[in-house]
Amino acid sequence: MNANLVSQILFYFFAVLTVGSAAVVVFSRSLIYSIFGLLFTFFGVAALYVFLGADFLAATQMVIYVGGVLVLLLFGVMLTHKLYNLDLKTETFQFVPALLLIVAVFGVLLLAMTRATWFSGGVRPPEPTTAEIGKMFMREYILPFEVASVFLLIALIGAAMIVRRRAQ
Amino acid sequence: MIGLTHYLVISAALFSLGIMCVLTRKNAVSVLMGIELILNSANLNLVAFSRFTSGNLDGQVFAVFTIIVAAAEVAVALAIVLSMYRMLRSVNLDRADTLKG
Repeated sequence: MNANLVSQILFYFFAVLTVGSAAVVVFSRSLIYSIFGLLFTFFGVAALYVFLGADFLAATQMVIYVGGVLVLLLFGVMLTHKLYNLDLKTETFQFVPALLLIVAVFGVLLLAMTRATWFSGGVRPPEPTTAEIGKMFMREYILPFEVASVFLLIALIGAAMIVRRRAQ
Repeated sequence: MIGLTHYLVISAALFSLGIMCVLTRKNAVSVLMGIELILNSANLNLVAFSRFTSGNLDGQVFAVFTIIVAAAEVAVALAIVLSMYRMLRSVNLDRADTLKG
């Protein structure tokens, strides 16, 4: 069994994991199942980043999405539902029209992506990327980097301002 | 061999499922989950194109910025959801239909 075959099997495993758990997020009636589906989707996307040779992004995905965003969403569910009814069901509406629309969108995207001949400029060999990304942040992307840090500060202050209790 | 198209198909599937989630759910937190799926699919596209068509890391740097914006978006959106729950005692989006709080 050569390494190429093993990596192909692993790729398809993670692809099915990603799309399947995304389907759980969308079609599950229970919010808790949705959140755990989202956990496996984020994990699968991180694994696909590893296949793409993006080691820094895979680590970032695990830390920010799994460690941050998912916990925030879990807090959001826990704080906005009464926990003594633990079923946490959510309603859906316009299910069939949305399903038709989604099938159409997916079909068009699939057609466009498989028919197009993409420009191919050579595949990057799988090397560590962190040092190079760090250098790019400090050279070409220094202005967006600083703007992003100020933006995060604004989002932090804004979120705290929105949820604070106003004096009656 | 795993090529660019494989990643694009996965990304298209994630995008469609995210749109489905945003369109059909009534719960505000579920809609946020759909938006996360859409952002992840866009990120996957950026990284895949960065690897297969250019050979440099610009796409990955852009993906990092997308992750930053997604994190800030979730924080602010959950603040809005909590504030809405305090005001309406519900996170059903159909009930948030008044402009002046």
